[in-house]
Amino acid sequence: MEDDAPVIYGLEFQARSLTAQTAETDAIRFLVGTQSLKFDNQIHIIDFDDENNIINKNVLLHQAGEIWNIGASPADKEVLTTCYNKTSDSRVVSCAAVWRMPTNWETGSHESPDDSAHNPQTLELLCHLDDSAHGNAACVLWEPMGDGKRVISLADNHVLLWDLQESSTQATISSTAMLEGKGQLKFTSGKWSPHHNCSQLATASDTAIRGWDLRTMNQIYCIDNAHGQLVRDLDFNPNRQYYLASCGDDCKVKFWDVRNIQEPIKTLEEHSHWVWSVRYNHSHDQLVLTASSDSRLILSNMVSISSEPFGHLVDDEDLSDGEDNHQEDKCKEPLKDSVVSTYEEHEDSVYAAEWSSADPWLFASLSYDGRLVINRVPRTLKYQILL
Amino acid sequence: MSSSTETPASEDPGRKRRVHGMLKLYYGLNEEGKADEEPQSLDPCDINGPHFDPEHYLNKLRKECSLAELMDQETCMVKQIRSLDSDMQTLVYENYNKFISATDTIRKMKNDFKKMEDEMDCLSANMAAITDFSARISGTLEDQHAQITKLSGVHTLLRKLQFLFELPARLNKCLELQAYSQAVSSHRRARCVLQQYSHMPSFKGIQDDCHAIMDKLAQELRQKFRDGGSSAKDLSECVELLLQLDEPAEDLCEKYLNHAGSRLELDLQSLEAEIRPSPPGPALKDSSTRRPSPSVTVGSPPDGTAKTSALPSPSSNTDILEFIDRGCNEFVSSLCLVITSYQELFVNHAQTGELASKNIPQMANSKLHAFVDDLAARYFSLVERRIKEEKGVADNSLLVRALDRFFRRLQAVAKLLPGSSVPQQGTEIVIRAATERVKQYLAALQSFYMDSLTDVRQALATPRLSLAAPGAGSHFGGSTSGRDAPSSLPELLSSLSASILNQIKSVLASVHLFTAKDITFSNKPYFKGEFCCQGVRESLVVSFIKFVCQSSRQFCESAGDKGGSTPPALLLLLSRLCLDYETSTISYILTLTDEQFLAQHHNPVTAVTALCAEAREAAQKLLNHYVKVQGLIISQMLRKSVETRDWVNTIEPRNVRAVMKRVVEDTTSIDVQVGLLYEEGVRKAHSSDSSKRTFSVYSSSRQQTRYAASYTPSAPMDTNLLSNIHKLFSERIDIFSSVEFNKVSVMTGIIKISLKTFLECVRLRTFGRYGLQQIQVDCHYLQMYLWRFVSDENLVHFLLDEIVGSSAHRCLDPAPMEQSVIEVICERG
Repeated sequence: MEDDAPVIYGLEFQARSLTAQTAETDAIRFLVGTQSLKFDNQIHIIDFDDENNIINKNVLLHQAGEIWNIGASPADKEVLTTCYNKTSDSRVVSCAAVWRMPTNWETGSHESPDDSAHNPQTLELLCHLDDSAHGNAACVLWEPMGDGKRVISLADNHVLLWDLQESSTQATISSTAMLEGKGQLKFTSGKWSPHHNCSQLATASDTAIRGWDLRTMNQIYCIDNAHGQLVRDLDFNPNRQYYLASCGDDCKVKFWDVRNIQEPIKTLEEHSHWVWSVRYNHSHDQLVLTASSDSRLILSNMVSISSEPFGHLVDDEDLSDGEDNHQEDKCKEPLKDSVVSTYEEHEDSVYAAEWSSADPWLFASLSYDGRLVINRVPRTLKYQILL
Repeated sequence: MSSSTETPASEDPGRKRRVHGMLKLYYGLNEEGKADEEPQSLDPCDINGPHFDPEHYLNKLRKECSLAELMDQETCMVKQIRSLDSDMQTLVYENYNKFISATDTIRKMKNDFKKMEDEMDCLSANMAAITDFSARISGTLEDQHAQITKLSGVHTLLRKLQFLFELPARLNKCLELQAYSQAVSSHRRARCVLQQYSHMPSFKGIQDDCHAIMDKLAQELRQKFRDGGSSAKDLSECVELLLQLDEPAEDLCEKYLNHAGSRLELDLQSLEAEIRPSPPGPALKDSSTRRPSPSVTVGSPPDGTAKTSALPSPSSNTDILEFIDRGCNEFVSSLCLVITSYQELFVNHAQTGELASKNIPQMANSKLHAFVDDLAARYFSLVERRIKEEKGVADNSLLVRALDRFFRRLQAVAKLLPGSSVPQQGTEIVIRAATERVKQYLAALQSFYMDSLTDVRQALATPRLSLAAPGAGSHFGGSTSGRDAPSSLPELLSSLSASILNQIKSVLASVHLFTAKDITFSNKPYFKGEFCCQGVRESLVVSFIKFVCQSSRQFCESAGDKGGSTPPALLLLLSRLCLDYETSTISYILTLTDEQFLAQHHNPVTAVTALCAEAREAAQKLLNHYVKVQGLIISQMLRKSVETRDWVNTIEPRNVRAVMKRVVEDTTSIDVQVGLLYEEGVRKAHSSDSSKRTFSVYSSSRQQTRYAASYTPSAPMDTNLLSNIHKLFSERIDIFSSVEFNKVSVMTGIIKISLKTFLECVRLRTFGRYGLQQIQVDCHYLQMYLWRFVSDENLVHFLLDEIVGSSAHRCLDPAPMEQSVIEVICERG
């Protein structure tokens, strides 16, 4: 089928930050933040029309600075956070802020899509997540599946847990933690665990992965030398609470069981350069997406360490008895981990990849040259997982 | 036969028929012949047939034949009839003559018989007269004959009685004279009689006396037997007599064996004492202290043996050869003696004598087997214990000679005792010792290999210091820094591979002793087949090669995460070593092995190609790892230099940053290092003045257009477009990819990794005007020096372009520096 072909969208500016609009579960929508030092930066709202294979874009201005990280609120479609660089007095400062999209961005775009590119609307600033004492913000994490009231920002070597109040117009630090050690330690990225009642956080700094308990703000585990070099990104398995994926500059993707941090349970070495992003599929955790600066995006099928190691669990409702037996036989076959496919549509380093929050079989990847590519999980694999 | 119808009277039809029949038989017409015969004999027209009907025949002739033919037929038939008539006349005449002569003969016989009858009558009359006479003579002599018989009977009885009465005295005398055999034979003769008449008091007395004397005699014999000091002949006589005295054979065997056993026991104990002086504790310590030494001593087997002979094996007082020698000379030879004399006494002798009936040989044999097996088992356990102590691999010839001797002597036992399992157990011990030895050699080889690696490591570590100093001084005059090292990489490599090869050869030579022609056990099937093939080839040579590959691979894996736990030079060296193994060494070693051991491979053995593939894989892995490690070292420098600087507020560039010089220096020294071990490799041709030309292109034309594009706010797309178009036409670059086995490829790999890191780091930073300019200067500097290392200089250009382009993008105030100024700065160094 031709709709398996990738859909490509080009941004005018270079871009690193990509997120799915988490609160939106009907439309397939991604948010991309651009990086430009010379022009006003933008947030592109990319709507993908699955049936017609068409992309609709809307642009919002983000005048505060170039965007390094973007996060969408899990509760309110219109609220998002960015980490951006601001230059003032020939100093570059990284800040974080909570923004609200103007309510009528969508209607405006539909009427005159050309217009919106030229006269884009501006984001409405809700509040800054800044505390000058804590240094440059690296990323902001929303509480997964939360009510959009709690965010964590990682700034240099601090973990800051914020409470958003008064419809997010006010942010107060509720607790902090600090990474201590020799040298200049900095968080590169982090991930808020959706398990354990959202009380855990994992952060990456240099070659180590650390776990934090947000109730006490204490470190609960530390995987030293998780990667040979810098750890770039992390993701939690959405279905297995102790499973964690990480990637880094040693070109590897590693899967960890945080109860036993001596050895990774699995290591992938498919990329030929640094791996910048790793993402579990939200529903089918055997599907893992990795983006690398070798300009490739790789979709792997990690069945052996997924929550469904023997394939999809049989749903009694869906299957008649006859099919049931057949199904069970098929499920007994040990499935092998494999690379599902390698996507080579990008020409530059791919820094971000995200699954759609609306369609579990759809994902987007963003390369530095501003190219956004939307791909689907191959049909055969999809049916294999579903049936 | 058809022809014979016409000549029925031809002289011998039967003969003719027979000849005919034979001919038919010859031509395989048998069946048809018979078929022919049947109808013919029934044919009424067959003149010779039994069913011949003249009427019919005549009618037929008349009907069928012409007149002329009839006429002919008639003449013919008349002729035949005539000849038949004459034949008949001849026959009748002959028969008459014969009859006449027969009558004459019968008449003559009648006369002769009458004469014979008369003579027979006369003979019978004479015989009757003779019988009569003879009867009369015997009647007269009868009385005297009876008397004589009686007298002679009395005489013998008296003689016997006399013998009996004299017996005790005689026996005593024999006892005194120690003429035991005479005594026994005398007694034997009297024994039955005495037994029979024992109810008479006088005889009883004699019997008692005799018994007493014989008991004494038996006692003495037993004593003598027990003392055992006497010669074998005496002993055998002794046993024989005792057997004749109804001494139970089983007891005798047992006693004999016990007696021999105690003597052999002494031998065994003295052997055990040879081992015992080293109680387990010290022995263990000794062996553990000896462990590292084999790698030193084994290097030269002649030295090794000299050493061991000068400095006796610390694990026991005597060396193994001496031990086995003693075992053979003392234990085995006396065992053989025992076996021979035992067999002489109980088996062979008894077989001829009347004792054979009592199943004594069988009993004796089984006893002997049990006895020998028991002792041999103990002896073997001792020998095995001793062999186990032979841990040092230095003195293999000694062990082999010892085993040979051990085995040879057991053959004697085998000859003496055909059914015994002893020689087989002996062979098993030899085989075990051999396999054990092969294992030890493998361990020694492995430890030797690891030791030499440690040596290489040290050798690499020491010159590194001296390498670094002049390297900095001579300002990357690249080619000089390599020479400063006292032992350069190629030398290390060649010495390493040569020493390993020598080691393998010497080990092979040592192991080869097991199969030498003059060694008795070498012609056992095990040593001809399995030992060569499984033992030496597979578990020694192949295992070692596999070990080399595996340990090499481990260097990649263990060092993978930590990075740099293995010096990169060692990785490089090992990779070359593995590659050399792949190209030549493995096949050489295996050919050598196969030649030396003339192995006929019955079982499937590891193929040379499989090993080569393994070695190549290891080499590839090591080289890739080398590239990775070296690339990371340079990447780390570049990354730190980019990350730690404040690029917005930097000053105007006056110099190339020191880190870039360092990068070029390091790259140069890596280039030298790799060049020492790997060939140059192919690179794309570049023009005579490569650095200049490409640089000008890179900096002036392309870069300018790109910057120009990014200046104008109206066309932000152009930059992307340009770089995208550029990328469309250039191939995708795999950064951490497999490299080829040549210098250029390795260097390309390292530079790719380094520059890509540089690019990614630059993209994460924000630059001020001077920051960009500094990057320009740095890149130009790298450009000047790095192109020469790589296979395709465009690759360097492309990556450097990307770096400058990216930093221009990340620049707040992108005002590039004048090309000429950059060049001046870079020229200045």
